[in-house]
Amino acid sequence: MSDALTIAGHALREAVRRRVLLVVALLTAVFLALYALAAFEAFDSLDRNARGIVPIDEHALAGGTLLGLAMFVALFLGVVLAVFLTLGAVRGEAESGLLQPLVVRPVGRTTLLIGRLLAASAVCSAYVIAVFLLAVAITHAAGDFTPGSYVVPAAGLALGVITVVAVSLLGSTLLGTTANGIAIFMVFATGLAGGLLGQIGDGLKVDALTTASSIMSWIVPFEALYQNGLHALTSDIDGATGVIVQLGPFGGADDVSAGIWVWAVAWSAVVMALAALKFRRSDL
Amino acid sequence: MPAALSASAVSKHYRSTTALDGVDLEVGAGELVGLLGPNGAGKSTLVKIACGLVGPTAGEVHVAGARAGSREARASTGYLAELFRFPSWARADEVLALHQRLARSAGGAAEREQLLDRVGLTGEGGRRMETMSKGMQQRLGIAQALIGSPRLVLLDEPTSALDPGGRRTVRELLVALRDQGVGVLLNSHLLSEVELVCDRVVMIDNGRVVTEGRPEDLTKAGGVEVETSEGVRRLPDARREDVPRIVRELVADGAEVYGVRVVTGTLEEAYLDAVVGRDG
Repeated sequence: MSDALTIAGHALREAVRRRVLLVVALLTAVFLALYALAAFEAFDSLDRNARGIVPIDEHALAGGTLLGLAMFVALFLGVVLAVFLTLGAVRGEAESGLLQPLVVRPVGRTTLLIGRLLAASAVCSAYVIAVFLLAVAITHAAGDFTPGSYVVPAAGLALGVITVVAVSLLGSTLLGTTANGIAIFMVFATGLAGGLLGQIGDGLKVDALTTASSIMSWIVPFEALYQNGLHALTSDIDGATGVIVQLGPFGGADDVSAGIWVWAVAWSAVVMALAALKFRRSDL
Repeated sequence: MPAALSASAVSKHYRSTTALDGVDLEVGAGELVGLLGPNGAGKSTLVKIACGLVGPTAGEVHVAGARAGSREARASTGYLAELFRFPSWARADEVLALHQRLARSAGGAAEREQLLDRVGLTGEGGRRMETMSKGMQQRLGIAQALIGSPRLVLLDEPTSALDPGGRRTVRELLVALRDQGVGVLLNSHLLSEVELVCDRVVMIDNGRVVTEGRPEDLTKAGGVEVETSEGVRRLPDARREDVPRIVRELVADGAEVYGVRVVTGTLEEAYLDAVVGRDG
Protein backbone atom coordinates (compact mmCIF):
# COMPACT_ATOMS: atom_id res chain seq x y z
CA MET A 1 0.00 0.00 0.00
CA SER A 2 2.89 2.38 0.71
CA ASP A 3 4.00 2.03 -2.93
CA ALA A 4 0.50 2.98 -4.12
CA LEU A 5 0.58 6.01 -1.81
CA THR A 6 4.02 6.95 -3.17
CA ILE A 7 2.65 6.84 -6.73
CA ALA A 8 -0.47 8.73 -5.65
CA GLY A 9 1.69 11.39 -3.98
CA HIS A 10 3.76 11.70 -7.16
CA ALA A 11 0.59 12.13 -9.26
CA LEU A 12 -0.79 14.72 -6.83
CA ARG A 13 2.47 16.66 -6.89
CA GLU A 14 2.28 16.61 -10.67
CA ALA A 15 -1.25 18.03 -10.59
CA VAL A 16 -0.13 20.81 -8.26
CA ARG A 17 3.16 21.62 -10.01
CA ARG A 18 1.65 21.59 -13.47
CA ARG A 19 -0.80 24.17 -12.11
CA VAL A 20 -3.74 21.94 -13.02
CA LEU A 21 -5.33 22.52 -9.63
CA LEU A 22 -4.65 26.26 -9.78
CA VAL A 23 -6.33 26.62 -13.17
CA VAL A 24 -9.25 24.47 -12.03
CA ALA A 25 -9.63 26.54 -8.83
CA LEU A 26 -9.57 29.82 -10.74
CA LEU A 27 -12.10 28.72 -13.35
CA THR A 28 -14.32 27.19 -10.68
CA ALA A 29 -14.23 30.50 -8.81
CA VAL A 30 -15.45 32.18 -12.00
CA PHE A 31 -18.28 29.63 -12.30
CA LEU A 32 -19.28 30.06 -8.66
CA ALA A 33 -19.23 33.84 -9.01
CA LEU A 34 -21.55 33.61 -12.03
CA TYR A 35 -23.70 31.11 -10.16
CA ALA A 36 -23.93 33.46 -7.16
CA LEU A 37 -24.85 36.35 -9.43
CA ALA A 38 -27.57 34.27 -11.10
CA ALA A 39 -28.92 32.93 -7.79
CA PHE A 40 -29.13 36.35 -6.10
CA GLU A 41 -30.71 37.89 -9.19
CA ALA A 42 -33.24 35.05 -9.53
CA PHE A 43 -34.38 35.17 -5.90
CA ASP A 44 -34.43 39.00 -5.90
CA SER A 45 -36.57 38.93 -9.00
CA LEU A 46 -38.93 36.45 -7.38
CA ASP A 47 -39.18 38.66 -4.28
CA ARG A 48 -39.83 41.77 -6.36
CA ASN A 49 -42.34 40.18 -8.67
CA ALA A 50 -44.10 37.71 -6.39
CA ARG A 51 -47.04 36.44 -8.38
CA GLY A 52 -48.43 34.27 -5.64
CA ILE A 53 -49.40 31.49 -8.03
CA VAL A 54 -51.01 28.81 -5.93
CA PRO A 55 -49.96 26.06 -5.43
CA ILE A 56 -46.44 26.79 -6.85
CA ASP A 57 -43.64 27.48 -4.34
CA GLU A 58 -41.54 29.72 -6.56
CA HIS A 59 -38.59 29.83 -4.13
CA ALA A 60 -38.42 26.04 -4.02
CA LEU A 61 -38.79 25.84 -7.79
CA ALA A 62 -35.95 28.31 -8.33
CA GLY A 63 -33.74 26.82 -5.59
CA GLY A 64 -34.22 23.21 -6.77
CA THR A 65 -33.56 24.10 -10.39
CA LEU A 66 -30.50 26.23 -9.60
CA LEU A 67 -28.98 23.54 -7.42
CA GLY A 68 -29.74 20.94 -10.09
CA LEU A 69 -27.80 23.12 -12.52
CA ALA A 70 -24.94 23.41 -10.04
CA MET A 71 -24.91 19.66 -9.61
CA PHE A 72 -24.73 19.12 -13.35
CA VAL A 73 -21.86 21.60 -13.70
CA ALA A 74 -20.01 20.02 -10.75
CA LEU A 75 -20.37 16.61 -12.37
CA PHE A 76 -19.30 17.89 -15.78
CA LEU A 77 -16.23 19.71 -14.43
CA GLY A 78 -15.39 16.75 -12.20
CA VAL A 79 -15.52 14.43 -15.19
CA VAL A 80 -13.31 16.78 -17.23
CA LEU A 81 -10.81 16.80 -14.37
CA ALA A 82 -11.00 13.01 -13.98
CA VAL A 83 -10.42 12.43 -17.67
CA PHE A 84 -7.52 14.85 -17.99
CA LEU A 85 -5.78 13.46 -14.92
CA THR A 86 -5.92 9.88 -16.19
CA LEU A 87 -6.44 9.67 -19.95
CA GLY A 88 -2.78 9.01 -20.72
CA ALA A 89 -1.91 7.09 -17.56
CA VAL A 90 -0.71 3.92 -19.29
CA ARG A 91 -0.35 3.99 -23.08
CA GLY A 92 0.11 7.74 -23.27
CA GLU A 93 2.87 7.77 -20.65
CA ALA A 94 4.44 4.64 -22.11
CA GLU A 95 4.60 6.27 -25.55
CA SER A 96 6.28 9.34 -24.09
CA GLY A 97 8.76 7.26 -22.06
CA LEU A 98 7.53 8.43 -18.65
CA LEU A 99 6.17 5.08 -17.52
CA GLN A 100 9.04 2.67 -18.18
CA PRO A 101 11.42 3.94 -15.47
CA LEU A 102 8.65 3.40 -12.90
CA VAL A 103 7.47 0.01 -14.15
CA VAL A 104 10.92 -1.56 -13.91
CA ARG A 105 11.03 -0.81 -10.19
CA PRO A 106 9.94 -3.62 -7.87
CA VAL A 107 6.43 -2.21 -7.72
CA GLY A 108 3.53 -4.18 -9.19
CA ARG A 109 1.80 -2.74 -12.23
CA THR A 110 -1.49 -3.08 -10.36
CA THR A 111 -0.01 -0.96 -7.58
CA LEU A 112 0.88 1.73 -10.11
CA LEU A 113 -2.72 1.77 -11.33
CA ILE A 114 -4.11 1.87 -7.79
CA GLY A 115 -1.83 4.82 -7.04
CA ARG A 116 -3.20 6.70 -10.04
CA LEU A 117 -6.77 5.76 -9.03
CA LEU A 118 -6.22 7.04 -5.48
CA ALA A 119 -4.74 10.35 -6.63
CA ALA A 120 -7.35 11.14 -9.28
CA SER A 121 -10.23 9.94 -7.09
CA ALA A 122 -9.07 12.08 -4.16
CA VAL A 123 -8.73 15.20 -6.31
CA CYS A 124 -11.95 14.74 -8.29
CA SER A 125 -14.23 13.65 -5.46
CA ALA A 126 -12.96 16.45 -3.20
CA TYR A 127 -13.52 18.86 -6.08
CA VAL A 128 -17.12 17.90 -6.86
CA ILE A 129 -18.06 17.84 -3.18
CA ALA A 130 -16.53 21.28 -2.65
CA VAL A 131 -18.21 22.80 -5.72
CA PHE A 132 -21.59 21.33 -4.81
CA LEU A 133 -21.46 22.38 -1.15
CA LEU A 134 -20.36 25.89 -2.10
CA ALA A 135 -23.32 26.06 -4.51
CA VAL A 136 -25.61 24.88 -1.68
CA ALA A 137 -24.23 27.63 0.56
CA ILE A 138 -24.66 30.27 -2.16
CA THR A 139 -28.24 29.14 -2.87
CA HIS A 140 -29.05 29.25 0.84
CA ALA A 141 -27.57 32.72 1.17
CA ALA A 142 -29.36 33.99 -1.93
CA GLY A 143 -32.80 32.52 -1.38
CA ASP A 144 -32.82 30.82 2.00
CA PHE A 145 -33.31 27.56 0.13
CA THR A 146 -32.12 24.31 1.69
CA PRO A 147 -32.15 21.11 -0.37
CA GLY A 148 -33.89 17.97 0.81
CA SER A 149 -30.51 16.34 1.17
CA TYR A 150 -27.00 17.47 0.45
CA VAL A 151 -25.20 14.36 1.65
CA VAL A 152 -26.73 12.01 -0.96
CA PRO A 153 -26.05 14.33 -3.94
CA ALA A 154 -22.50 15.10 -2.76
CA ALA A 155 -21.72 11.43 -2.16
CA GLY A 156 -23.30 10.52 -5.51
CA LEU A 157 -21.17 13.08 -7.32
CA ALA A 158 -18.03 11.83 -5.59
CA LEU A 159 -18.69 8.18 -6.37
CA GLY A 160 -19.79 9.12 -9.89
CA VAL A 161 -16.48 10.77 -10.75
CA ILE A 162 -14.60 7.83 -9.21
CA THR A 163 -16.38 5.52 -11.66
CA VAL A 164 -15.26 7.82 -14.47
CA VAL A 165 -11.66 7.76 -13.17
CA ALA A 166 -11.78 3.95 -13.20
CA VAL A 167 -13.12 3.71 -16.75
CA SER A 168 -10.63 6.33 -17.96
CA LEU A 169 -7.77 4.29 -16.46
CA LEU A 170 -9.10 1.18 -18.21
CA GLY A 171 -9.30 3.17 -21.45
CA SER A 172 -5.69 4.31 -20.97
CA THR A 173 -4.54 0.67 -21.08
CA LEU A 174 -6.35 0.13 -24.39
CA LEU A 175 -6.20 3.42 -26.28
CA GLY A 176 -3.81 6.26 -26.95
CA THR A 177 -4.33 9.55 -25.13
CA THR A 178 -6.54 11.34 -27.66
CA ALA A 179 -8.66 8.30 -28.50
CA ASN A 180 -9.22 7.57 -24.82
CA GLY A 181 -10.27 11.16 -24.08
CA ILE A 182 -12.76 11.10 -26.93
CA ALA A 183 -14.09 7.69 -25.88
CA ILE A 184 -14.65 8.70 -22.25
CA PHE A 185 -16.46 11.93 -23.17
CA MET A 186 -18.66 9.95 -25.54
CA VAL A 187 -19.49 7.49 -22.77
CA PHE A 188 -20.28 10.45 -20.51
CA ALA A 189 -22.51 12.09 -23.12
CA THR A 190 -24.28 8.79 -23.80
CA GLY A 191 -24.99 8.38 -20.08
CA LEU A 192 -26.42 11.88 -19.84
CA ALA A 193 -28.53 11.31 -22.94
CA GLY A 194 -29.86 8.13 -21.34
CA GLY A 195 -30.89 10.09 -18.25
CA LEU A 196 -32.68 12.72 -20.34
CA LEU A 197 -34.48 9.97 -22.26
CA GLY A 198 -35.73 8.63 -18.95
CA GLN A 199 -37.11 12.03 -17.96
CA ILE A 200 -38.85 12.35 -21.33
CA GLY A 201 -40.20 8.84 -20.94
CA ASP A 202 -41.48 9.67 -17.46
CA GLY A 203 -43.13 12.87 -18.65
CA LEU A 204 -44.76 11.23 -21.65
CA LYS A 205 -45.40 7.94 -19.84
CA VAL A 206 -43.45 5.92 -22.43
CA ASP A 207 -42.27 2.76 -20.69
CA ALA A 208 -39.76 1.81 -23.38
CA LEU A 209 -37.83 5.06 -22.83
CA THR A 210 -37.79 4.76 -19.06
CA THR A 211 -36.66 1.14 -19.29
CA ALA A 212 -33.87 2.05 -21.74
CA SER A 213 -32.83 4.89 -19.45
CA SER A 214 -32.82 2.63 -16.44
CA ILE A 215 -30.63 0.07 -18.19
CA MET A 216 -28.26 2.83 -19.34
CA SER A 217 -28.02 4.14 -15.79
CA TRP A 218 -26.82 0.78 -14.53
CA ILE A 219 -24.39 0.31 -17.41
CA VAL A 220 -22.77 3.69 -16.67
CA PRO A 221 -23.48 4.11 -12.96
CA PHE A 222 -22.32 7.74 -12.73
CA GLU A 223 -25.60 8.62 -14.45
CA ALA A 224 -27.68 6.64 -11.94
CA LEU A 225 -25.78 8.29 -9.06
CA TYR A 226 -26.35 11.70 -10.60
CA GLN A 227 -30.07 11.05 -11.10
CA ASN A 228 -30.29 9.73 -7.56
CA GLY A 229 -28.61 12.87 -6.26
CA LEU A 230 -30.93 15.14 -8.24
CA HIS A 231 -33.90 13.27 -6.82
CA ALA A 232 -32.60 13.58 -3.26
CA LEU A 233 -31.97 17.29 -3.79
CA THR A 234 -35.65 18.05 -4.24
CA SER A 235 -37.21 15.07 -2.48
CA ASP A 236 -38.90 17.26 0.12
CA ILE A 237 -40.55 19.51 -2.45
CA ASP A 238 -44.01 18.14 -2.90
CA GLY A 239 -47.21 19.03 -4.68
CA ALA A 240 -47.26 20.77 -8.06
CA THR A 241 -43.91 22.43 -7.39
CA GLY A 242 -42.30 19.03 -6.84
CA VAL A 243 -43.77 17.69 -10.07
CA ILE A 244 -42.51 20.69 -12.07
CA VAL A 245 -39.01 20.48 -10.54
CA GLN A 246 -38.81 16.73 -11.14
CA LEU A 247 -39.81 17.14 -14.77
CA GLY A 248 -37.41 20.00 -15.41
CA PRO A 249 -34.00 19.56 -17.01
CA PHE A 250 -32.35 19.28 -13.60
CA GLY A 251 -34.97 17.22 -11.85
CA GLY A 252 -34.27 13.62 -10.97
CA ALA A 253 -37.28 11.75 -12.23
CA ASP A 254 -36.56 8.53 -10.42
CA ASP A 255 -35.38 7.51 -7.01
CA VAL A 256 -32.79 4.93 -8.03
CA SER A 257 -32.54 1.77 -5.94
CA ALA A 258 -30.24 1.96 -2.93
CA GLY A 259 -28.30 -0.90 -4.53
CA ILE A 260 -26.73 1.61 -6.89
CA TRP A 261 -24.10 2.46 -4.26
CA VAL A 262 -22.94 -1.12 -3.98
CA TRP A 263 -23.23 -1.58 -7.74
CA ALA A 264 -21.12 1.52 -8.47
CA VAL A 265 -18.37 0.35 -6.11
CA ALA A 266 -18.44 -3.20 -7.54
CA TRP A 267 -18.54 -1.82 -11.10
CA SER A 268 -15.48 0.34 -10.43
CA ALA A 269 -13.66 -2.61 -8.87
CA VAL A 270 -14.37 -4.80 -11.91
CA VAL A 271 -13.28 -2.03 -14.29
CA MET A 272 -10.04 -1.60 -12.34
CA ALA A 273 -9.46 -5.36 -12.32
CA LEU A 274 -9.83 -5.39 -16.12
CA ALA A 275 -7.43 -2.44 -16.37
CA ALA A 276 -4.89 -4.23 -14.15
CA LEU A 277 -5.22 -7.43 -16.19
CA LYS A 278 -4.66 -5.59 -19.46
CA PHE A 279 -1.76 -3.55 -18.02
CA ARG A 280 -0.04 -6.67 -16.64
CA ARG A 281 -0.17 -8.32 -20.05
CA SER A 282 0.96 -5.28 -22.00
CA ASP A 283 4.38 -5.04 -23.59
CA LEU A 284 5.89 -1.64 -22.94
CA MET B 1 26.77 -16.95 -7.53
CA PRO B 2 24.20 -16.85 -10.37
CA ALA B 3 24.94 -14.83 -13.50
CA ALA B 4 23.78 -11.22 -13.45
CA LEU B 5 21.75 -12.01 -16.59
CA SER B 6 21.05 -15.35 -18.18
CA ALA B 7 18.90 -15.67 -21.30
CA SER B 8 18.22 -19.06 -22.80
CA ALA B 9 16.52 -19.72 -26.18
CA VAL B 10 14.58 -16.47 -25.94
CA SER B 11 12.10 -15.71 -28.70
CA LYS B 12 9.67 -12.87 -29.12
CA HIS B 13 7.04 -12.64 -31.82
CA TYR B 14 4.76 -9.69 -32.51
CA ARG B 15 2.02 -11.22 -34.65
CA SER B 16 3.87 -12.07 -37.89
CA THR B 17 7.07 -10.25 -36.91
CA THR B 18 9.89 -12.12 -35.21
CA ALA B 19 11.87 -9.76 -32.99
CA LEU B 20 13.99 -12.44 -31.29
CA ASP B 21 14.58 -15.99 -32.42
CA GLY B 22 16.25 -18.30 -29.90
CA VAL B 23 18.75 -15.92 -28.34
CA ASP B 24 21.19 -17.18 -25.71
CA LEU B 25 23.09 -14.59 -23.72
CA GLU B 26 24.86 -14.45 -20.40
CA VAL B 27 26.28 -11.51 -18.49
CA GLY B 28 28.39 -12.56 -15.54
CA ALA B 29 28.83 -10.65 -12.31
CA GLY B 30 31.45 -7.98 -12.92
CA GLU B 31 31.26 -8.41 -16.68
CA LEU B 32 30.64 -5.65 -19.19
CA VAL B 33 28.95 -6.95 -22.31
CA GLY B 34 28.25 -4.87 -25.41
CA LEU B 35 25.17 -5.61 -27.48
CA LEU B 36 25.52 -4.59 -31.10
CA GLY B 37 23.31 -4.87 -34.12
CA PRO B 38 21.51 -2.83 -36.76
CA ASN B 39 18.24 -1.02 -36.13
CA GLY B 40 15.42 -3.51 -35.67
CA ALA B 41 17.80 -6.37 -34.88
CA GLY B 42 16.05 -7.08 -31.56
CA LYS B 43 18.55 -5.52 -29.13
CA SER B 44 16.06 -3.26 -27.34
CA THR B 45 13.50 -6.08 -27.21
CA LEU B 46 16.06 -8.30 -25.47
CA VAL B 47 16.87 -5.55 -22.97
CA LYS B 48 13.17 -4.92 -22.34
CA ILE B 49 12.57 -8.62 -21.71
CA ALA B 50 15.44 -8.63 -19.24
CA CYS B 51 13.93 -5.79 -17.23
CA GLY B 52 10.35 -7.07 -17.39
CA LEU B 53 8.82 -4.48 -19.71
CA VAL B 54 8.17 -7.10 -22.38
CA GLY B 55 7.30 -10.75 -21.92
CA PRO B 56 9.11 -13.38 -24.03
CA THR B 57 7.10 -15.64 -26.34
CA ALA B 58 9.43 -18.53 -25.51
CA GLY B 59 12.60 -19.16 -23.56
CA GLU B 60 13.78 -18.19 -20.11
CA VAL B 61 15.48 -15.10 -18.77
CA HIS B 62 16.84 -14.81 -15.25
CA VAL B 63 18.32 -11.83 -13.44
CA ALA B 64 20.57 -12.74 -10.51
CA GLY B 65 18.79 -16.10 -10.38
CA ALA B 66 15.24 -14.69 -10.37
CA ARG B 67 12.83 -14.90 -13.29
CA ALA B 68 13.02 -11.69 -15.34
CA GLY B 69 10.06 -9.44 -14.63
CA SER B 70 9.52 -10.83 -11.12
CA ARG B 71 9.68 -8.45 -8.19
CA GLU B 72 13.00 -10.01 -7.08
CA ALA B 73 14.51 -9.60 -10.53
CA ARG B 74 13.39 -5.99 -10.82
CA ALA B 75 14.86 -5.27 -7.38
CA SER B 76 18.23 -6.40 -8.76
CA THR B 77 18.00 -4.44 -12.00
CA GLY B 78 18.89 -0.90 -12.98
CA TYR B 79 17.61 0.22 -16.37
CA LEU B 80 18.00 3.19 -18.64
CA ALA B 81 15.64 3.12 -21.62
CA GLU B 82 16.67 4.44 -25.01
CA LEU B 83 13.61 6.70 -25.09
CA PHE B 84 12.76 7.89 -21.63
CA ARG B 85 11.50 11.04 -19.96
CA PHE B 86 11.26 12.31 -16.46
CA PRO B 87 8.43 14.70 -15.55
CA SER B 88 9.35 18.18 -16.74
CA TRP B 89 8.12 19.74 -13.50
CA ALA B 90 10.30 17.56 -11.26
CA ARG B 91 13.71 18.42 -9.85
CA ALA B 92 16.60 16.00 -10.27
CA ASP B 93 16.65 15.29 -6.56
CA GLU B 94 12.89 14.56 -6.54
CA VAL B 95 13.26 12.09 -9.42
CA LEU B 96 16.00 10.23 -7.57
CA ALA B 97 14.06 10.33 -4.28
CA LEU B 98 10.97 8.85 -5.96
CA HIS B 99 13.03 6.01 -7.42
CA GLN B 100 14.74 5.45 -4.09
CA ARG B 101 11.34 4.94 -2.43
CA LEU B 102 10.14 2.60 -5.18
CA ALA B 103 13.45 0.67 -5.14
CA ARG B 104 13.32 0.57 -1.33
CA SER B 105 16.77 2.09 -1.15
CA ALA B 106 17.73 3.40 2.26
CA GLY B 107 20.56 5.49 0.78
CA GLY B 108 18.81 8.79 1.39
CA ALA B 109 20.31 12.14 0.48
CA ALA B 110 23.87 10.77 0.66
CA GLU B 111 23.16 8.23 -2.10
CA ARG B 112 21.50 10.88 -4.26
CA GLU B 113 24.47 13.23 -3.90
CA GLN B 114 26.93 10.45 -4.63
CA LEU B 115 25.04 9.36 -7.75
CA LEU B 116 24.84 12.92 -9.05
CA ASP B 117 28.60 13.22 -8.49
CA ARG B 118 29.28 9.98 -10.35
CA VAL B 119 27.45 11.13 -13.47
CA GLY B 120 28.91 14.63 -13.43
CA LEU B 121 25.85 16.46 -12.13
CA THR B 122 27.35 17.68 -8.88
CA GLY B 123 25.21 20.40 -7.32
CA GLU B 124 22.41 20.04 -9.89
CA GLY B 125 19.94 18.27 -7.59
CA GLY B 126 17.68 21.30 -7.38
CA ARG B 127 17.42 21.73 -11.11
CA ARG B 128 14.11 21.07 -12.91
CA MET B 129 13.97 18.66 -15.85
CA GLU B 130 12.58 21.35 -18.14
CA THR B 131 15.77 23.39 -17.69
CA MET B 132 18.12 20.45 -18.27
CA SER B 133 19.72 19.64 -21.61
CA LYS B 134 19.09 16.22 -23.14
CA GLY B 135 22.60 15.23 -22.14
CA MET B 136 22.02 16.21 -18.51
CA GLN B 137 18.78 14.25 -18.47
CA GLN B 138 20.62 11.24 -19.86
CA ARG B 139 23.20 11.52 -17.09
CA LEU B 140 20.38 11.69 -14.56
CA GLY B 141 18.83 8.64 -16.21
CA ILE B 142 22.06 6.74 -15.62
CA ALA B 143 22.12 7.91 -11.99
CA GLN B 144 18.53 6.71 -11.61
CA ALA B 145 19.50 3.30 -12.99
CA LEU B 146 22.15 2.91 -10.30
CA ILE B 147 19.82 3.52 -7.34
CA GLY B 148 19.77 0.73 -4.80
CA SER B 149 23.06 -0.85 -5.97
CA PRO B 150 21.61 -3.17 -8.65
CA ARG B 151 23.42 -6.40 -9.60
CA LEU B 152 22.55 -5.94 -13.27
CA VAL B 153 22.55 -2.63 -15.13
CA LEU B 154 20.88 -2.49 -18.54
CA LEU B 155 21.78 0.59 -20.54
CA ASP B 156 20.06 1.18 -23.86
CA GLU B 157 22.01 3.80 -25.84
CA PRO B 158 23.17 5.60 -22.68
CA THR B 159 25.50 8.05 -24.41
CA SER B 160 23.49 9.00 -27.49
CA ALA B 161 22.98 12.58 -26.26
CA LEU B 162 26.33 13.06 -24.54
CA ASP B 163 29.29 15.14 -25.65
CA PRO B 164 32.77 13.53 -25.68
CA GLY B 165 33.36 14.59 -22.06
CA GLY B 166 30.09 13.01 -20.99
CA ARG B 167 30.94 9.80 -22.85
CA ARG B 168 34.24 9.57 -21.05
CA THR B 169 32.47 10.05 -17.70
CA VAL B 170 30.10 7.20 -18.56
CA ARG B 171 32.93 4.96 -19.71
CA GLU B 172 34.74 5.51 -16.41
CA LEU B 173 31.51 4.82 -14.57
CA LEU B 174 30.97 1.56 -16.45
CA VAL B 175 34.48 0.40 -15.62
CA ALA B 176 33.91 1.27 -11.96
CA LEU B 177 30.64 -0.70 -11.95
CA ARG B 178 32.42 -3.72 -13.41
CA ASP B 179 35.09 -3.44 -10.73
CA GLN B 180 32.33 -3.49 -8.11
CA GLY B 181 31.01 -6.79 -9.45
CA VAL B 182 28.00 -5.36 -11.28
CA GLY B 183 27.02 -7.01 -14.56
CA VAL B 184 26.42 -4.45 -17.31
CA LEU B 185 24.71 -4.97 -20.64
CA LEU B 186 25.46 -2.01 -22.88
CA ASN B 187 23.33 -1.58 -25.97
CA SER B 188 25.02 1.00 -28.16
CA HIS B 189 25.58 1.97 -31.76
CA LEU B 190 28.86 3.62 -30.80
CA LEU B 191 31.21 0.80 -31.71
CA SER B 192 34.34 2.65 -30.65
CA GLU B 193 32.90 3.04 -27.20
CA VAL B 194 31.93 -0.61 -26.94
CA GLU B 195 35.40 -1.58 -28.12
CA LEU B 196 36.99 0.61 -25.47
CA VAL B 197 35.18 -0.70 -22.42
CA CYS B 198 33.44 -4.02 -23.05
CA ASP B 199 34.85 -7.38 -21.98
CA ARG B 200 32.72 -9.18 -24.50
CA VAL B 201 30.59 -8.23 -27.48
CA VAL B 202 27.43 -9.93 -28.73
CA MET B 203 26.19 -9.07 -32.21
CA ILE B 204 22.54 -9.60 -33.09
CA ASP B 205 20.89 -9.46 -36.47
CA ASN B 206 17.33 -10.41 -37.40
CA GLY B 207 16.68 -11.58 -33.86
CA ARG B 208 19.60 -14.02 -33.75
CA VAL B 209 23.08 -13.89 -32.25
CA VAL B 210 25.39 -13.83 -35.27
CA THR B 211 28.71 -13.62 -33.46
CA GLU B 212 30.16 -13.00 -30.04
CA GLY B 213 33.51 -12.83 -28.35
CA ARG B 214 36.10 -10.53 -26.83
CA PRO B 215 36.68 -7.38 -28.91
CA GLU B 216 40.33 -8.31 -29.49
CA ASP B 217 39.28 -11.74 -30.77
CA LEU B 218 36.67 -10.31 -33.12
CA THR B 219 38.99 -7.78 -34.70
CA LYS B 220 41.24 -9.20 -37.44
CA ALA B 221 44.94 -8.55 -38.00
CA GLY B 222 45.42 -6.27 -40.98
CA GLY B 223 49.12 -6.65 -41.82
CA VAL B 224 52.12 -4.44 -41.17
CA GLU B 225 52.90 -0.95 -42.52
CA VAL B 226 56.53 0.16 -42.78
CA GLU B 227 57.53 3.76 -43.39
CA THR B 228 60.81 3.98 -45.30
CA SER B 229 62.67 6.62 -47.29
CA GLU B 230 60.79 5.34 -50.32
CA GLY B 231 57.39 5.81 -48.75
CA VAL B 232 54.93 3.61 -46.85
CA ARG B 233 54.94 -0.07 -47.78
CA ARG B 234 52.05 -2.28 -46.74
CA LEU B 235 52.55 -5.99 -46.14
CA PRO B 236 48.96 -7.27 -45.74
CA ASP B 237 49.84 -10.84 -44.77
CA ALA B 238 52.52 -9.97 -42.22
CA ARG B 239 51.93 -10.36 -38.49
CA ARG B 240 53.39 -8.74 -35.40
CA GLU B 241 55.90 -11.58 -35.05
CA ASP B 242 57.24 -10.83 -38.50
CA VAL B 243 58.22 -7.22 -37.72
CA PRO B 244 61.90 -7.84 -36.59
CA ARG B 245 62.59 -9.96 -39.69
CA ILE B 246 61.00 -7.39 -42.04
CA VAL B 247 63.00 -4.54 -40.53
CA ARG B 248 66.22 -6.59 -40.67
CA GLU B 249 65.70 -7.41 -44.34
CA LEU B 250 64.86 -3.82 -45.28
CA VAL B 251 67.92 -2.46 -43.48
CA ALA B 252 70.07 -5.13 -45.12
CA ASP B 253 68.76 -3.96 -48.48
CA GLY B 254 69.85 -0.40 -47.64
CA ALA B 255 66.47 1.08 -46.87
CA GLU B 256 66.06 3.65 -44.07
CA VAL B 257 63.20 2.64 -41.74
CA TYR B 258 61.38 5.51 -39.98
CA GLY B 259 58.49 3.60 -38.45
CA VAL B 260 56.61 0.32 -38.29
CA ARG B 261 52.92 -0.14 -37.45
CA VAL B 262 51.07 -3.38 -36.89
CA VAL B 263 47.66 -2.83 -38.48
CA THR B 264 44.70 -4.33 -36.63
CA GLY B 265 41.12 -4.42 -37.75
CA THR B 266 38.47 -2.46 -35.88
CA LEU B 267 35.31 -3.64 -34.23
CA GLU B 268 33.48 -1.69 -36.90
CA GLU B 269 35.02 -3.92 -39.56
CA ALA B 270 34.13 -7.00 -37.55
CA TYR B 271 30.60 -5.68 -37.15
CA LEU B 272 30.23 -4.96 -40.85
CA ASP B 273 31.59 -8.42 -41.67
CA ALA B 274 29.18 -10.09 -39.27
CA VAL B 275 26.07 -8.07 -40.02
CA VAL B 276 26.28 -6.27 -43.34
CA GLY B 277 28.47 -8.91 -45.00
CA ARG B 278 26.10 -11.59 -43.79
CA ASP B 279 23.08 -9.70 -45.10
CA GLY B 280 24.81 -8.76 -48.31
